[in-house]
Amino acid sequence: MRRRGGRSASGLKERKKRDRMESWEEEGSGGGERERKTDVEAMREAWRREKAAPELLEFEGELVRRLREQIQLQEDGDEDDDQDLLSSLRHMDLDRALFLLKSYLRLRLSKIQAHLFFYASTSAQLLSPQEHLFCQRSLHATSRHLHRSLLSLLPPHYQSLSRQSTSSDHDDMLHPPHLDTFVFCKPNTHVGPLQLDDLGDDIVDLVVDDLYVLRYKSVTALVRTGRIDLI
Amino acid sequence: MAGQSDHSLSIFSAAEVEFIAEDEMIEIVPNIRMDALNLLCGDFGPFLPQIPCKVPLWLAVALKKRGKCSIRTPDWMSVEKLTQVLEAERESPREFQPLPFHYVEISRLLLDHAHDDIPEVYMVRSLIEDIRNVRFHKVESGLETISGRTYAVKLKNLSAMEVNLVRPFMVRVLQAFDKHDSPETVQQADTSASKRPQVVDRGLRRDLRPR
Repeated sequence: MRRRGGRSASGLKERKKRDRMESWEEEGSGGGERERKTDVEAMREAWRREKAAPELLEFEGELVRRLREQIQLQEDGDEDDDQDLLSSLRHMDLDRALFLLKSYLRLRLSKIQAHLFFYASTSAQLLSPQEHLFCQRSLHATSRHLHRSLLSLLPPHYQSLSRQSTSSDHDDMLHPPHLDTFVFCKPNTHVGPLQLDDLGDDIVDLVVDDLYVLRYKSVTALVRTGRIDLI
Repeated sequence: MAGQSDHSLSIFSAAEVEFIAEDEMIEIVPNIRMDALNLLCGDFGPFLPQIPCKVPLWLAVALKKRGKCSIRTPDWMSVEKLTQVLEAERESPREFQPLPFHYVEISRLLLDHAHDDIPEVYMVRSLIEDIRNVRFHKVESGLETISGRTYAVKLKNLSAMEVNLVRPFMVRVLQAFDKHDSPETVQQADTSASKRPQVVDRGLRRDLRPR
């Protein structure tokens, strides 16, 4: 969506302001107490969450789309700057936003690659359409490679990619992501006592803004609803 | 990708922790006049000479490097406050004093780029170093007390950089204790005594490889 000349600097600023206002309104309509934040801030938090979480989280499609639009607008608007200082500061801001976006996307791709089989069969909401395509293609390429180089040379009972042998009763070679790992986290609203394991023996009282190291499994639901932040 | 760290074990590189810290707001006093900045991360300015305003840390450092402003040292970075914190840290062996979450990164950036704006900068530098040492010593001794069946650890008032330094070790330790101490492992050891020894799980060995 490249636009050339004939567009004033103030018009661009108005449009950018409008875009940001729209995104703020979208965020604000969800929950009254949430303060307005920029898409960059939201992206930073999504990036941090994704990095700290051992499993793939839901793809922030809306956020990514909005951020890409804003970055595109900002890149287009660079032609208007003649001052060195302003344009270099804008470049820095742009670079920071781009880093977040790129790192987020690559992080997700590396997580998908680590557990191809598992994510190939998950719901579409978790992966973006492009990620889904990537997953299918990687899976196809990996299976084909393994077949040609190794599996076809093994006896017929052992040729499956997901089962050790045809006598296995389930896919015992497929490993889902390790959810047993421990994560650092901080509750941002009052959570109260949290049951830590199935036996119900251990209960931890979660106080706002205190730092905890907990098993990811215990806090998955809280992370999803945004009541606890991963550090 | 250049600058991106390994995603396994949720590792943030020190540069990435600093990146997060660079979005913290800080007060500057510009010495130039500049129009408002409409950036992706927010709107700042307009900038008038000698009128203080708040900007993100990365912007403040960029302006400072070009000689366009001076940075107002945050209140917590004064000699009095830091001395209080240091004394309190030394007095309580188990608790951490409240400090800004990104105090390490903020102080490092300011000491590197704006040392002429900090009053008594040598004192400040040495106080912060002492505070960091005392706190990290506490973290290390705290780590020694982690025993089996530890399900949760509470680390009140720990800062971002300290968390990041201790994260890989702590996660592996807790996972190792979890694996070796779980009741299923104990039961299996009893019942499989007559069978051949269990094959070591390769997946877990990956965790223990030193980096």
